[in-house]
Amino acid sequence: MTGRTPAAPRSAPPVPDGSVHSWDTSIGVDGPGTRLVVFLAGCPLRCRYCHSPDTWYGRSGRRRTVDEMVALAARYRRFLRVAGGGVTVSGGEPLLQPAFTRELLRRCHALGLHTALDTSGFLGDRADDALLDATDLVLLDVKAGSPATYRRVTGTGRLAPTLRFARRLAERGTPMWIRYVLVPGLTDAADEVARVADVTAGLTGVRRVEVLPFHRLGAHKYAELGLAFPLADTAPPDAELLARVRGQFAARGLTVT
Amino acid sequence: MGGNQRVVDPWRGFRDGAWRETVDVADFVRRNHEPYIGDASFLTGPTARTLAVWNRLREMFPEERRRGVYDVDAATPSTITSHAPGYVDRERELIVGLQTDAPLRRAIMPAGGLRMVETALRAYGREPDPRVHEIFTRHRRTHNDAVFDAYPEAVLAARRSHVITGLPDAYGRGRIIGDYRRVALYGVDRLIAERRAHRAALDGRRSTDDVIRDREELAEQIRALGELKEMAATYGFDISRPAATGRQAIQWLYFAYLAATKEQNGAAMSLGRTAGFVDVYLRRDIDEGRLDETGAQELVDDFVIKLRIVRFLRTPEYDQLFSGDPTWVTESLGGMGADGRPLVTRTTFRYLQTLYNLGPAPEPNLTVLWSPRVPDGFKRFCAQVSLDTSAIQYENDELIRPAYDDDTAIACCVSAMRVGRDMQFFGARANLAKALLYAINGGRDELTGEQVAPPRTPVGGETLAYDEVLAAYDRTLDWLAETYVDALNVIHHQHDRYAYERLEMALHDHPVRRFMATGVAGLSVAVDSLSAIRYGRVKVLRDETGLAVDYAVEGEFPTYGNDDDRADEIAVRLVETFAAKLRRQRTYRDAELTMSVLTITSNVVYGRHTGNTPDGRRAGEPFAPGANPMNGRDTHGLVASALSVAKLPYDAARDGISLTGTVTPDGLGHTRAERIANLAGVLDGYTDAGGFHLNVNVLDRATLLDAMAHPERYPQLTVRVSGYAVNFVRLTPEQQRDVVSRTFHGSL
Repeated sequence: MTGRTPAAPRSAPPVPDGSVHSWDTSIGVDGPGTRLVVFLAGCPLRCRYCHSPDTWYGRSGRRRTVDEMVALAARYRRFLRVAGGGVTVSGGEPLLQPAFTRELLRRCHALGLHTALDTSGFLGDRADDALLDATDLVLLDVKAGSPATYRRVTGTGRLAPTLRFARRLAERGTPMWIRYVLVPGLTDAADEVARVADVTAGLTGVRRVEVLPFHRLGAHKYAELGLAFPLADTAPPDAELLARVRGQFAARGLTVT
Repeated sequence: MGGNQRVVDPWRGFRDGAWRETVDVADFVRRNHEPYIGDASFLTGPTARTLAVWNRLREMFPEERRRGVYDVDAATPSTITSHAPGYVDRERELIVGLQTDAPLRRAIMPAGGLRMVETALRAYGREPDPRVHEIFTRHRRTHNDAVFDAYPEAVLAARRSHVITGLPDAYGRGRIIGDYRRVALYGVDRLIAERRAHRAALDGRRSTDDVIRDREELAEQIRALGELKEMAATYGFDISRPAATGRQAIQWLYFAYLAATKEQNGAAMSLGRTAGFVDVYLRRDIDEGRLDETGAQELVDDFVIKLRIVRFLRTPEYDQLFSGDPTWVTESLGGMGADGRPLVTRTTFRYLQTLYNLGPAPEPNLTVLWSPRVPDGFKRFCAQVSLDTSAIQYENDELIRPAYDDDTAIACCVSAMRVGRDMQFFGARANLAKALLYAINGGRDELTGEQVAPPRTPVGGETLAYDEVLAAYDRTLDWLAETYVDALNVIHHQHDRYAYERLEMALHDHPVRRFMATGVAGLSVAVDSLSAIRYGRVKVLRDETGLAVDYAVEGEFPTYGNDDDRADEIAVRLVETFAAKLRRQRTYRDAELTMSVLTITSNVVYGRHTGNTPDGRRAGEPFAPGANPMNGRDTHGLVASALSVAKLPYDAARDGISLTGTVTPDGLGHTRAERIANLAGVLDGYTDAGGFHLNVNVLDRATLLDAMAHPERYPQLTVRVSGYAVNFVRLTPEQQRDVVSRTFHGSL
C-alpha cells in the first residue's frame, strides 16, 4: 500500500457503463481551478443536508460509456490546462461505481489532466490502488467526528470506513482536502468539531480544510421529487459560528477556507 | 501653465522614427512605450484635491438621476466653439474643459435630427427654442429629414415591424474614434498643414462625385481643427504646438475628444487607446523629476472625472433602449505589441485604479485587450478589479491584433478599428429570430399580420419540417440582407451630407478605410428554434387567417450554450450564412461589410416586438443579450456556455461577438486570491479557445434585488450588460428584472 502498484492487468475485465447524473463546469469550488465535474448517480447515504437528492438513485442517471465521458474531458483538456484546473468525479457517490470511476480517472489522468475524487469515503474500501494512483486529489467529506453524529447526519452510514479511508490516503501520500458541512444544531457542537479537527490534524497529506456552510438552495429539488426536505427550517450558519468552527481547524495548524 | 511650453522641446527624449516625418502615432507608441511587468503595489489613492472635485459632481448626480437631466441649454445648437468655457471647480481642476459652460448641462445637436432634440426637451419639461426650430426646419435640413426623404417603402415597413431596429437615422451614428492623441503629439498646426496637403493633392484629379466630396470634407476638417484651437484658447491654452508635458498631453488629447463631443451626439463616442501614449509623457515627467506617482495618478483621475461626465441629450425612449444614458467612452487597455512586448504600462494600471479612487462607474468603458501573454501582474490586477467592481470588459487581443494591428481600439462595445486609420458606418442590427417567423409565415408579421417581407407560400403542415423551414429562412434572409444594407446606405449617405463628423475625421488618415458595420440580434432564439424543429417536434398553432402564432414543442432538443455541437453548429452556420448574404450587397463608399453579434441592451426591446418562437420562448420575452445563450438554458456552467459562444467565427463577424457572463463571488473560489487566479485562468482559457468578448460580472443576485428595493444605497453599483456597463439603479424596472433573471453561474 505504498503507492507502488502494478499496472492494470492486460486482460482487464470490460469496464461497465456508468450511470451519470450530469456534468458541469465549475470554477474554484470542486477542487483547484476550473473543473469539469462529472456527477455519478447513486449514493448509499441519505445526508439530511444533501443538496442533490436527485442523485441518490443509480437509475436516475443516464447510461454513459467511459469513452463518452473521456471524449467530453478531451474536449475541455486544453481549456482546463490553460485556465488551470482539471476533472473532478463527484456524485452521488462515485465509489458506488468503482470500476467506472477508476477507468474515468485513469484515462483523464493519461490525458494529462489533474484529477480529483469527491467522496464521502464511506465506500473507500472499494477504491483500489489503481484508482487512487490515478487520483491527484481526494475531496473527502468527513461529515462528523463521532459515530453517533455520523449516523444522525447520514441516516444510513458509519464513520469508521471514512476514517479508515482517510488513514489509507495519508499512508499513501495522496493529497486531501477535508470537507466539513457545518449545519447549526446538527454538526456545530464544539466537541464534535474538535474530534474532526483532531483526526484531520493527525493526517499527513491534508492540504486544506473546507468548512462548507449549510444552505437551502437544493430545497426545490426535494419539492420536485415530492420529498420532504429534512432541514427545511434550519438556517444557514451565521458568520460568527462559521468563524468559530474555521478557527477550531485553524488552531490545529490546518489551512482553512 | 500654457506660458512656458515654448521653452522646452516637446519631443525631447523621444526615440526617433517614422512618426517624426508623417503623422503616425502608432509608430510613436511602438518606439517609445515601456512595458510594465510588475504588480499594482505602486499605485496611489485619491488625493484630497481629487476627492474635492469628484465630490462636487457626486453631489449633483442624485438630482440628475431624479430629473433625468440636470440642465439643458436649449437655445444654442452645439458646435466646437458655441459655448463659453465651463468648469467643475476652477481652482482645483487639473484638466479643464466641459461640453457646455457648466457641468452636466447638456447641449442640443439638431443637425442629427431636430425631432429627437425637441422630443427630449419636452420629455424633460423644457420648451424647444423657436429660433432653433425655425433654423432647422426652414433653413437647414437635418440628417433625420434627409434619411426619411430617401428611404424606400420596404425599409420603412421593416423598420416599423422591428425586424430591423435601432438604426441611426434620427441621431448621430457614432462609433468613430478620432485619433485624439495626434493633437497632443503634433499640435494642431501640423495637422492642419497635413490636411492642406491632402486637399491640394486632390486638385490634380477630375471633379467627380467622389473627389468633390473628399475636397469638401477635407475643407471642413481643416475648419474644425481651427475651431478646436479657438476653443482651447478660450480656456487659456495654445494647442497649435505639440504638448510638452504629461499634463499638457492629457489636456491636448482631452480638448480634441471634447471638441468631438461638442460637435456630435454619436451613439458611441469612444476614446481610443490612449493609456500607453499618455504613459510616455508621464514617465518622462517622472524621470525629469517634475512629477511623482501621486501627481501622475491625480492627472489620470482628473481626466477620468471629465470622461465620466460626458452627457448627451437623448429621449427617454432612447435611454430605455440602451439602458440608462450610455456614451461609450471606450478606452482600450493592454494587449500585446506586434514585437511581442506587452502594451501594458504603469498608466494602464493607473486608468484601472480610477475605479478605486473614484469608485466604480460605467464610463469610461474600460476595455482590456486580453492575451494569455500579457504579464501576470496585469492579469491579476484586472481580475481583482473585476471582482471588486464588475466594471471592465475583456476582448481577445489574439484575434484583434492579427485582424487589424497592435494600435487598434474598440469603439462602443466590441467594434475593433485601427486608431485613426479605420472608421465605421454603424448599422445597428437585424432581428434573426423575427426573420425566422417571417420565413414560416410567408413574409407576414406574426404580431400584426402585415405583409412585410415579399409574399411567399408559408411553411405548411401541422409539424414544421426542418428542411422546409431552412429553405424558407434562407430566402427570407436574402430579403433581409438586401433591405437592411439598403437602409444603411441611405443613412450613411445622408449622415455624411448633413451631420458629418468634421473633427473626428480630421483625426484620421486620408484616405480612410471604411467599414459598414451590420449586426444581428436574437441569435440564440433563432438557433434554439431551429434546433427544436430539427431535433424535437414543433407543432404550429395558427389563427383564423392561417398565421402561425404559437408553437407546441415536443421532445428534447439541444440548446445553444452547452458546448453541444448539434446546436452550436446551427449557430455557426447561421452567422456564416447571413454574413455572406450581407457581404454580397453593394455598400455606400464601397465600405467593407462587417457584422456583429451584439444587441447592446436592445435584447429587451427586440424581445418585446417578437412573437412566440418555436423554441418555446413566449411572445414579448426578452432575447438573450448579444451572442449569449438564452437565460437558463446554458446548464453546464460558465465555461461550457463560453465555449459555445467561442465557436462563432470571428472571420464572419469581424465587428465583434459579445458574451456577458455573470458569476457569483463564491462561484469563483473560496478566497480572494483564489478567485483572482481562477478568473484570470478562465480569461486565458476563453481567449485561447477563440472567444472574442467577455463581460464579467461578479455579483450576487441578492445584491441586485436589494439594489432594486433600495436604489439609494447603491448609487455606484455597476453592472456589465452587453458590451458596456451601466449604473444598475438607472435601469428601468423591466431591464433590472432582465439582468436579475439572467443565468448566474455559481456553485450550488
